[in-house]
Amino acid sequence: MDEGLRSELQKQGIFTTTLEEIYNWGRKNSVWPLGFGLACCAIEMIAASMSRWDLARFGAEVFRPSPRQADLMIVAGTVTKKMAPQVVRLYNQMPEPKYVIAMGACAISGGPFKQGYNVLKGIDRYIPVDVHIPGCPPRPEALLHAFITLQRKITEQQLTGPNRPRHLRRDAPSEFPIPEYGAHDLVPPSHPGLWRPPGLVR
Amino acid sequence: MSPALDHINLSSIPRVSTPEEIKVRIEAAVPGAKLTLVRQASPCGQHSLLVDHAHAVAVARFLRDDPQLRLDHVTNMAGVDWPDAVVKTKVKKMVLKEGKEVEVEETIEALRSGYLEAVYHLYSMALKHGPVILRLRTENRSDKVSVPSLTPVWRGAEFQEREAYDLYGILFAGHPDLRRILMWDEFTDHPMRKDYVEPDDYEYEPTPHDVLVDKARRHPAAGGQA
Repeated sequence: MDEGLRSELQKQGIFTTTLEEIYNWGRKNSVWPLGFGLACCAIEMIAASMSRWDLARFGAEVFRPSPRQADLMIVAGTVTKKMAPQVVRLYNQMPEPKYVIAMGACAISGGPFKQGYNVLKGIDRYIPVDVHIPGCPPRPEALLHAFITLQRKITEQQLTGPNRPRHLRRDAPSEFPIPEYGAHDLVPPSHPGLWRPPGLVR
Repeated sequence: MSPALDHINLSSIPRVSTPEEIKVRIEAAVPGAKLTLVRQASPCGQHSLLVDHAHAVAVARFLRDDPQLRLDHVTNMAGVDWPDAVVKTKVKKMVLKEGKEVEVEETIEALRSGYLEAVYHLYSMALKHGPVILRLRTENRSDKVSVPSLTPVWRGAEFQEREAYDLYGILFAGHPDLRRILMWDEFTDHPMRKDYVEPDDYEYEPTPHDVLVDKARRHPAAGGQA
């Protein structure tokens, strides 16, 4: 529909929409996060949900205690190798459509603990991450920005066609293999189909 | 309230403070205990007592219950890894040179076989003094890595001994629940040992330094050869 005609109709009190638009509009304004935190980033996440920053303005105030009722996983904090299988298991238990925000330096790369033997160097090695937030810890504003970025991403998702999102594709996986505890490291150390080492030329 | 702590006049109790005095008291109270004073050369001067395995629990119990010491609190129980090393000591010698006696410094090298150490820092909450430092040594770093557990004496040492077992591989004989505490049960290494090799599981280091520069260049992701 022509944008000019549409805004003209809107002035007359007639709203036009498409199924895709109203579907995505509804989804993006009721993204319920999973209520779990791993380290200090979780404190900033809690602050973002409270009155000063008020995540409720974006329809995300309902932190769910069960992964079965959650749409968004905010990985807030250091993921240790001992914790990583549990995080992947929680992700697998969430119903589609589901999204992941990796919050903070640790969740995206291992952060200041990158050289540690016990820290997973980024949760994107095992589950697909939609938005990465750098920072140690990121301020609540950064989380709000990530959340708005995610909302934009949801708005742009198409219901049909070859570019439709994962939850509308039969062949796309909704669960990802849970790593096992090995003798020296997690087995496998990363999901090979999901993550590849960055090509970096020095 | 604990039994009338307020009514104890702290100044009336003769204080035993130096490790030498404590050593003498222990040897008098626990017959046969073999104690060695380990001197700390740095300015802090926190000397410690090395205790033999057979009498360690008896010594610990004496330190806790002795009315002049009452070391009732373990603030810190740490593991230490001492790998095989060449120890250099400098000795001054008088040498006859051209008819005169001249002082010459000589370096003696000795091979020290490695061992693991469990170090206990003890304080007294009741008498407000400390720290008194105990050391327990294993025979080597490979197969004889057992020391007696002091958890039966100080309950607070339980988790810290588990940590030392997890990260250093020290076996605490007599510990009520010796399991790994930080790493998972299937893990077989001891990460805080000097010869631990960590998994090569990161590719990019924004500010590589020291050994990491070589590692970053070597890595296939950086265009080098693995």
